[in-house]
Order: sequence, then structure tokens, then C-alpha cells
Amino acid sequence: MALLDVKNLTKNFGGLAAVSDVTMHLDNNELVALIGPNGAGKTTLFNLLTGVIIPSEGTVSLQTDNGLQVLNKQKPYKIAAAGMARTFQNIRLFKDLTVEENVLIAMTDKNKEGFIESVFRLPGFYKKEAALHEQVVELLSIFKMENQLDTLARNLPYGAQRRLEIVRALATKPKILFLDEPAAGMNPEETADLTRLIQQIQSEFHITVLLIEHDMSLVMNLAERIYVLEYGKLIAEGTPKEIQGNQRVINAYLGGGE
Amino acid sequence: MKKNLKYNAIWLAIAVVGYVLIYALEMVGVIDQFGETTLVLIGINIILATSLNLVIGFAGQFSLGHAGFMALGAYSSALVTQAIPTVGGFLIGLLVGIIVSGIVALVVGIPTLRLNGDYLAIATMGAAEIIRIILNNLKITNGPAGLYNIPMLANWGTVYVLVVITTLIIVNFVHSRNGRAVMSVREDEIAAESIGINTTKYKIIAFVLGAAIASIGGALHANYIQTINPTDFGIMESINILIIVVLGGIGSITGTFVAAFVLGLLDMVLQNFGTLRMVLYSLALILIMVFKPSGLLGTWEFSVRRLFTHKKAKGDA
Repeated sequence: MALLDVKNLTKNFGGLAAVSDVTMHLDNNELVALIGPNGAGKTTLFNLLTGVIIPSEGTVSLQTDNGLQVLNKQKPYKIAAAGMARTFQNIRLFKDLTVEENVLIAMTDKNKEGFIESVFRLPGFYKKEAALHEQVVELLSIFKMENQLDTLARNLPYGAQRRLEIVRALATKPKILFLDEPAAGMNPEETADLTRLIQQIQSEFHITVLLIEHDMSLVMNLAERIYVLEYGKLIAEGTPKEIQGNQRVINAYLGGGE
Repeated sequence: MKKNLKYNAIWLAIAVVGYVLIYALEMVGVIDQFGETTLVLIGINIILATSLNLVIGFAGQFSLGHAGFMALGAYSSALVTQAIPTVGGFLIGLLVGIIVSGIVALVVGIPTLRLNGDYLAIATMGAAEIIRIILNNLKITNGPAGLYNIPMLANWGTVYVLVVITTLIIVNFVHSRNGRAVMSVREDEIAAESIGINTTKYKIIAFVLGAAIASIGGALHANYIQTINPTDFGIMESINILIIVVLGGIGSITGTFVAAFVLGLLDMVLQNFGTLRMVLYSLALILIMVFKPSGLLGTWEFSVRRLFTHKKAKGDA
């Protein structure tokens, strides 16, 4: 039984089919990559899966603790609560808030502070805040960011901002993590670090990861399966080996040696 | 845990010292009747402006209808205290105002908070005008003549205590689960939704809380000034509150306090200049906006905790 089942997903912008008839699935604890040339509809597909834009046709269903849940036409925050978290291609942190606050906000659902309790600072408030603080530190230490709790997100270096976005997504305790070009703008060394980090996340948190990436070394090293998108359509699916040998993919994206 | 207790004790001490100081100055005669009225009006403005700052500065929703909620508080409290002219009546009046204002904010907020920027500003301004026109035409509110002979159940002490309580509520709210979610809405709605924040819900929470606290400001106004009529709560009053927020720094509660004091004292000093007063007042505003467009304090906040950690860091070095 697939964890996430996507059937015939289509999005039309006017006459243009940005994503058309995409059928795919993600299994438990799997690392899958989504590749394709610029403008192929990869980010649009992410936005459809996470509810930022509403699909014209098709269904997205997630296996949750309460059985199969159909997610399309749900609000993004409900989809997030069901267990789908994401990062963004152009980083979207809460820039004027601290690193700690960024992560704490992702834990809002798990935080049981009452209104009266927090407004009048009753003992329960401090207890719950302290417990949450520990969770935040624990999560940040995996990414070696536990010393930057009080730094404003806008003052972090670029690589750290990308990492913080991943931490924030993980703080929602997702079943599936969607990473939109996590290595964009990173140098080879940082990319190698990130590769290790993604593997570590997947094994430590037992989650499924779907990532969009143009860096083929990262994709081929990490992915167990790859989907290839071109002009909104899936043109191939398979293991990295199969994809590297696929003539259509080579023509469309990887580049043939004429 | 002990640290938190220490910081809270220091804040309490600051509040008590402030009260004693004003009391002493009044006893000695430094603060006369005129000075006291100025202080009370500053206090009421602080309550109104901090509650508007919650909506504009922390939730990022530009509302231009704050005077409407102030009016609901003023009329509720005035009507209740005219029937029950005791301190208990004043408390009931406050409560009625908070409830009425909260419910109206909920009804206004659910459709209008879907809008953003200029559209929201105009929609909230319209809502406040509707409130004013209803008050202008009801029999119970005595129409355009308004209400007078409202019992004077608020003095500077009442205002002081309520300033402390409402500021406490707002600051503590901001630094809690709900407040952080509210700020995430201001920072980036799409990112907030992507981590499970119901942005509409938190916008409405901030708007309703802001309106409820504004009604407290209105109640104090009614029970101190003793006469109210619908023209007191027009668009100009909303703008006056907005000026305090913008001048102090959008998103800074400390800034709101400073701006309320600066404008209140400026207004008092300029009384001697007759008709020139409004020109000088406006000129002062223009100059501050030209040289400090982010407001007097920007987003800076006074923090007892930071004061101590700073000292400690210096001591270590």
C-alpha cells in the first residue's frame, strides 16, 4: 500500500497544462527525486500536492493513522497537519523572528498552552515552554544550529537558512518531506554535507522524502527512485541506473553526447 | 523557573514604582488637574494604540476601524453605569463592552480579513462608520446628542491599573503559542500554512483580542470624560490611534508607549500656541516621519531579561 497515491493529477492555467495527468506514488521511508528541465512543472506539482494551488483534476490521497485521506481541495494547513511538510525553492523563513521562534511556530499544533494560561503566565505555561524549548534544541542540534537559537532568521548565512527551513518542516513531525531544490546556490562541499544530512533525516525520522533537484550528483547518489517530468507530463520512472540509460530522458534533460 | 520569577518581580516593581511616583507628584502638587487629565488621556491612548499595534504590528493586518470598537466599549459602559452607578457597575460595563466588541469584531473580521493591504483598511474603516451611524440613529444611545452625565467611575488610578493589565495581556499573548502563530501570518502566509497554521483563524484571534482591548479604552474614556457622542468615534479618532502606532514603530509596544507620551505632552505644551497648535503638531509628525520613517523605536522592545543578560555578558568579559 502506497503512503501517498497521486492519480491523474492535472492543472491547467488557461489553455496551458502546467501539470497533466500525473500518476505517481510514494512508499514508506523512501527517497524519491523529481527531475526535469526548467519549466517542466516540478514546483507546480509540489504546489498541487501541498495544496498551495488547487488541481483542476485528479486525486491526491495519503495513508494516515485514520485511514486513507483524500487531500486535494483541502487547505494547505490541513494538508500539513495530515503529515506533509515542505520547503520552498526561494526560501520562505519568518525572517524577522528568531531561529527558535521559527521552529516553535511549526510546533503550534503540538503545543497545548491555553490562552488564559499564557496570558497570565501561570506555572503550566513555563512548564510547557521549557519542554518545547528542549525539543527545539534537540532538533536544531541535529543540524548543528543549537547555538543560534536567538539569531534572527534573516541574519543567518544562506546555507543555514536552507537548513533552518528543513528543521522547521521536520518540526511538524511529517510523514512526507518535500524538498524543493535544497541544494540550489550551494557549493559542492555544502551539497555533499546536505546529501549526508538528507540521508540522516530519512533514516533517523523514518520519513519519506521527495526532492526536486538539478544537481545530478546529489540525485543519483541519494534517490532510490526517480520521476522525470517534461512539459507537465511524466516521461519516465525508475532507479537512477534506469533513468541514466533512458533515451527519452537523455534527450529531454540529461543531454546526449552528440 | 526562578529566573522567570525574578523578571516578573522586576516588572511588578516597575509598575508599582510608576504608580507611587505619579501619586507622590500629585500630592506634592507638581501634577495639577490639567496634568492629571493629560496623563489619563495618554493612558487611554496607550490602551487603544497597543491593541491596534497587536493587529497592525504583530498580525500584519492593516485596520483603520479601531475607533468603532472603542465606541462600542464607551457606549456599553456608559449605558450600564448610568443604570448601576457603582464600581461594580463599571466592571459589568467593561465586561459588556468587551463581549459586544469581541462579537462585532468576529462578525466584521470573518469576511474582511480575507482581504489584505489597502482593501482591508477600507473595509475596516467602513465597518467603523457603520457602527458610528448605528449609534447615531438608535434611541437607546440618544442619537447624535450622545450620552451625558455618565458617572465618573474612572480616575487616573483606574486607568493606570488597566494600562498595566492590558499591556501585560498583549505582551504575554505575543510571546506565547498563539502570538507566535499570529506573527508567522505577518511574516509569510504561505510558509505559515505550509507548517499547519490556520492563518484565517489567527488573524481573527488577533483582531478580536485587539477589539476587546480597544473597548476597555472606550469605557475609560466614557467614564472619565463623562460625555460621549458619535462624532467622538469617527475616522479621525481611528487615525489618531494609528498615528501613535506608526510614530512609535509598528510592532513595538515600547514604541507605542513612548509615542503616546510624546504626542500627549506635545499636545499639552502646544496648548499655549493657540491656532498654531495643529500646524506645529503636524509639522512635528512630518519631521519624525522624514528622519525616522520606521517610527521612533522601530521594532525595538525594552526587555528586563536582556538588560540582565547584557550586564552578565559584560561582567564575564
